[in-house]
Amino acid sequence: MIEIDGVHKSFGALHVLRGVSLKVAPGEVAVVLGPSGSGKSTLLRTINHLEKVDAGTVAVDGELVGYRRSGDVLHELPEREILRQRTKIGFVFQNFNLFPHLTVRENVAEAPISAQRRPKAEVAETVNRLLLRVGLSDKADAYPGTLSGGQRQRVAIARALALDPKVVLFDEPTSALDPELVGEVLDVMRDLAKTGTTMVVVTHEIGFAREAADTVVFLDEGLVVEQGPPDQVIDHPQHERTRAFISRVL
Amino acid sequence: MTTTAPAVRQATGPKVAPTRHPFRWLAAAGVVLLLAMAANSLVTNPAWEWEVVGQYLFAPSVLRAVLLTLELTALGTVFGFALGGVLAVMRLSPNPLLSSVAWGYVWVFRAVPLILQLLFWYNLALLYPRLSFGIPFGPSFFSVGTMDLIGPVTAAALGLALHQAAYAAEIVRGGLLAVDPGQREAAAALGIPRVRRFFRIILPQAMRSIVPNAGNEIIGLVKGTSVVYIMALPELFYQVQVIYMRNGRVVALLLVAAIWYLALTTVMSVVQHYVERHYGRGRS
Repeated sequence: MIEIDGVHKSFGALHVLRGVSLKVAPGEVAVVLGPSGSGKSTLLRTINHLEKVDAGTVAVDGELVGYRRSGDVLHELPEREILRQRTKIGFVFQNFNLFPHLTVRENVAEAPISAQRRPKAEVAETVNRLLLRVGLSDKADAYPGTLSGGQRQRVAIARALALDPKVVLFDEPTSALDPELVGEVLDVMRDLAKTGTTMVVVTHEIGFAREAADTVVFLDEGLVVEQGPPDQVIDHPQHERTRAFISRVL
Repeated sequence: MTTTAPAVRQATGPKVAPTRHPFRWLAAAGVVLLLAMAANSLVTNPAWEWEVVGQYLFAPSVLRAVLLTLELTALGTVFGFALGGVLAVMRLSPNPLLSSVAWGYVWVFRAVPLILQLLFWYNLALLYPRLSFGIPFGPSFFSVGTMDLIGPVTAAALGLALHQAAYAAEIVRGGLLAVDPGQREAAAALGIPRVRRFFRIILPQAMRSIVPNAGNEIIGLVKGTSVVYIMALPELFYQVQVIYMRNGRVVALLLVAAIWYLALTTVMSVVQHYVERHYGRGRS
């Protein structure tokens, strides 16, 4: 479903991604672990072209993201095409980034209506269904400012799902939450994982990685150091750097 | 085992005495005294000539002048903020040419005094006696005399709008910059088209910081229109001058103008309150 091949990315002199390759199969849940500054978020942001790559390719659902290949050259796609591709890729931010001037319902309905041009009545049903799924039906007409952090992140997940995406990317979805609110967001994500949604999750929640991940990817200094099932990478890491990281966060 | 909710306990022990503020009372008394003196003088001093004020407050010539003041304010606001909005977006553009042109505009039009600019537009015919319309550097389709196209009202509206645009550009730019960059990113990640992103997501949030400053500017503009009296345009300030030159009732007529300016800005402040409330929705 996702094929990342030899991706490089620098910010000025800082070489953040140094040739990352990764495959995520349909229905697979991949959890990306790594110390801060290892390039986890940048990698995630290249998957929906929020970040342009310097070299390498990213493909989602068999289609190059953000670029068109002609021979050996990649040309950036026109914005309209990029926006169309993004509707297939849900993205959940660390800081929620809900639209504060729109109600919960309007937040979730916005993209299906304006980006996918789906009929309003159909979208209204989708919104109700998704809010029920994240347990926030009673908050449909509330503004994000009146919700707790955990509730906001659950709305953000509903908003990402409203596009009916092929994959959903999570960028440290629980890092901005008070400890007692982390559980409710992880519950929603666990449910999603069970229903066969393809997910890539950048997180520090080792517990979530262990029980929900099919694959754990350990990233350090812009490279994939180790990847495999959680009982291998978390419990029996092969690489010295993985071991050091796991022992620090457990 | 049974548990009972803790009962609300009656306060015991020493009472807390309210703090006294003798100097507050003293200051309040002083202010009341000054207000009483001012009111007394307004009523008893015959030089205010309240009957003359009453006579001219709703005189047709004054009402026409109020209307022209409103018209100039409206033209200055609408065209000023429309151009200012475009300049703000240009200024924030990654294209260095667009950005520097917008910067240059603000630089020039903020530097030149409004009164000088108004006279400049009024005398445009000295610089360009005829204006022609056609293909740039190519043939001209038709031309008109500058004096015929730009009369005093147009010159005044042009001057006010161009002047206002420089300030509006900075206000709008400030408002756009105040919106969390995460909002733009979230909208882009959701695939929302660019124009919709601007008008549905970014601008309504920018309006929260634009409106208070814009309100200031528009109220400033109401009074700023009085500067166009130098072009002999019969707006409010010019009109009361004409009347008191004729009848010598200077104070009373200045008072008429002051009352109208006060009324106009009051209405605008009320409108601003509701506009702010509209854009503040979703935030406490």
